[in-house]
Amino acid sequence: MYFWLFIAQVATLVLILGLLYRPLGDYMATVYTTRKNLKVERGIYRLIGVNPDSDQTWPVYLRSVLAVSAIGILIVYGMQRLQQFLPYSLGLPAVPEGLSFNTAISFVTNTNWQSYSPEVTMGYTVQMAGLAVQNFVSAAVGIAVAIALVRGFALRKSGTIGNFWVDLIRGTIRILLPLSIIAAIVLLAGGVIQNFNGFQHVTTITGATQSIPGGPVASQEAIKQLGTNGGGFFNVNSAHPFENPTPWTNIFAIILMLAIPFALPRTFGTMVGDKRQGYAILATMGTLFIASLVAMTLFEFDGSGTAPIAAGGAMEGKETRFGILGSTLFATSSTITSTGAVNSMHDSYTALGGGVAMINMMLGEVAPGGVGSGLYGILVIAIIAVFIAGLMVGRTPEYLGKKLGAREMKLASLYILATPTLVLVGTALSFAIPAVRADIEKTSMWNPGLHGFSEVLYAFTSAGNNNGSAFAGLTANTPWLNSALGVVMFLGRFLPIVFALALAGSLAAQDRVPATAGTLPTHKPQFIGLLIGTIILVSALTYFPVLALGPLAEGLR
Amino acid sequence: MSSSRGTGRQYWVAIRAMIVLTIVVGVIYPLVITGVGQLAFAAQANGSLVKVNGTTVGSSLIGQSFTDAKGNAIATWFQSRPSAAGKGYDSGASSGSNYGPENPTLITSIADRKKAIESLDGVTASQIPADALTTSASGLDPQISPAYALLQVNAVAKARGLDPSKVKALVESKIQGRDLGYLGEPTVNVLQLNIALAEMSK
Repeated sequence: MYFWLFIAQVATLVLILGLLYRPLGDYMATVYTTRKNLKVERGIYRLIGVNPDSDQTWPVYLRSVLAVSAIGILIVYGMQRLQQFLPYSLGLPAVPEGLSFNTAISFVTNTNWQSYSPEVTMGYTVQMAGLAVQNFVSAAVGIAVAIALVRGFALRKSGTIGNFWVDLIRGTIRILLPLSIIAAIVLLAGGVIQNFNGFQHVTTITGATQSIPGGPVASQEAIKQLGTNGGGFFNVNSAHPFENPTPWTNIFAIILMLAIPFALPRTFGTMVGDKRQGYAILATMGTLFIASLVAMTLFEFDGSGTAPIAAGGAMEGKETRFGILGSTLFATSSTITSTGAVNSMHDSYTALGGGVAMINMMLGEVAPGGVGSGLYGILVIAIIAVFIAGLMVGRTPEYLGKKLGAREMKLASLYILATPTLVLVGTALSFAIPAVRADIEKTSMWNPGLHGFSEVLYAFTSAGNNNGSAFAGLTANTPWLNSALGVVMFLGRFLPIVFALALAGSLAAQDRVPATAGTLPTHKPQFIGLLIGTIILVSALTYFPVLALGPLAEGLR
Repeated sequence: MSSSRGTGRQYWVAIRAMIVLTIVVGVIYPLVITGVGQLAFAAQANGSLVKVNGTTVGSSLIGQSFTDAKGNAIATWFQSRPSAAGKGYDSGASSGSNYGPENPTLITSIADRKKAIESLDGVTASQIPADALTTSASGLDPQISPAYALLQVNAVAKARGLDPSKVKALVESKIQGRDLGYLGEPTVNVLQLNIALAEMSK
């Protein structure tokens, strides 16, 4: 029976995302290419002092990205540090320095790693006017960078790659905000709360007391999923019945996470003037997604491991209303899109099921990845794939009419090396520095043995790939993990952005070379296969040894 | 020089952009949604509260424990799943156990829970469904599987001096199927079941 339920649920996703692909993808292409500005946008450009018609070179575009991110970090840090003076803080004190640092970077980098438990740390104002604002801004930044890279392919002999401020404002006002409003209202209907009530104390039918939490949750939940952010209003994120009350809000949340990342290939195809290129990217993303979903679902239904066997099923850390299927569908969508929301506790998954969550992130968040970051990530790997194919036949590689010379290949290589380096060095240092290792083993690890190692590996994988989910038993609110994960999130976000924008600049400056008989077609199944192979090869070679120390060792013993 | 002036200008733009965006998506947007929620979906927006005789006794979405102060199950109520939120169903501290599949504490807990349910409900270990032996993700799971609810029927009926067939019929009337017939799992909401049970016992 579960086979058919699985098929029906996957078919629902395919149908809805398929129906969204063309209109949403083309709409986004229009948003980022039209010369027309809305009245409200013209007002905003005047307020912030931007001429929407002046395009930027890639270094200026990059500086704008970094400027808005730096200011964002300062604002979120400052709000947390001054929380006791803000309204609706529920009497909570200022957030400590280390945790504020980590959280500010986490939300600005679209990671939404949470070293804290929101119920006892963050008041409504910090969540709503600090964290949720970054849910919009970081998502708009991600899409902007992806669009800039697509322009690199689309433009010819251009010194500029668009105007970041225009991309940021349009992405927020025309895409994220309207979709969030619709999504928040749907979530309200489903039972997600939206109030400023604080905790309501009630006496239960057994005479005990219960404190029912409140908060502006629906508005935050909508953009949390839509912008592939993932930061929960409550400690248990989308497992909390006030964030995700029913099985249908669960699949709705999944659709929100996948909608933009899966539609962006269409935007790409439309903007480069060859929609088949978009379908090739979509097919690559879709294939990896389905394969990963099947693997995780099988591992969880199989329920291997001493505790799941003793209990008669892998239900530890899963909600009754979602069951195993509703949990793995959400967990796959969340870890393979860089959302990082959870509706079940990944720490309690079977060893191999939890390992799939890690592998999803280790693929580099490209199937379909985060909003924008998934597209620029997969385009960089496509460049690598074309290069590998070029080596095999001995021709100068070209992708979409742009020659991939030494500079482009250096940037693409740096891009794919950056995140794995951060993940592996961060994990290694956590165990190599004796004092840190002692702290990790004594304070941070929750589970003993191999699983404890997996918790640390998961944390750095999640931070480096800007996912934000966790093996949440890990106590991450320590000086080492707050600092190290903060640095890894920051570099894991902005190093790839630097390389992607540099690539955009160098591609935009080129003229387009006409396709010849020797050009590798990049819209056919052969290339899709090559691209899938490259994605797997790059991540498998990098991460296999460390996976063997954690989830593989635990699952195969 | 011109480059550093350019960078300075970018920061001044960034500061103003963040102020504008904070007002639009950090204040206006959530307030509009709050307005819509309070006007059009007041029951849901305020937490799907459940009232008995005009008094709020909880939320249909937030699970509760039906135990005494020491955490022992009260035999006259249907029991929720085990919970890792605080000392159990602490709605100010939602949490899963986060125990891994080989965690010795979890393995011991599952064995202990089996014994407790065997003696409380007078059943054999092989009859107990997985949700009865495991903590949920939130620690606030408001529901249990129909199998676990039906498992508790005889013991609850006995403790209340009710006809087991009537209690069984009550449980069956409270089983909620999958959403749209294929999403999620069939469940029984424990608070609503217990309220109906109290009503029936009058």
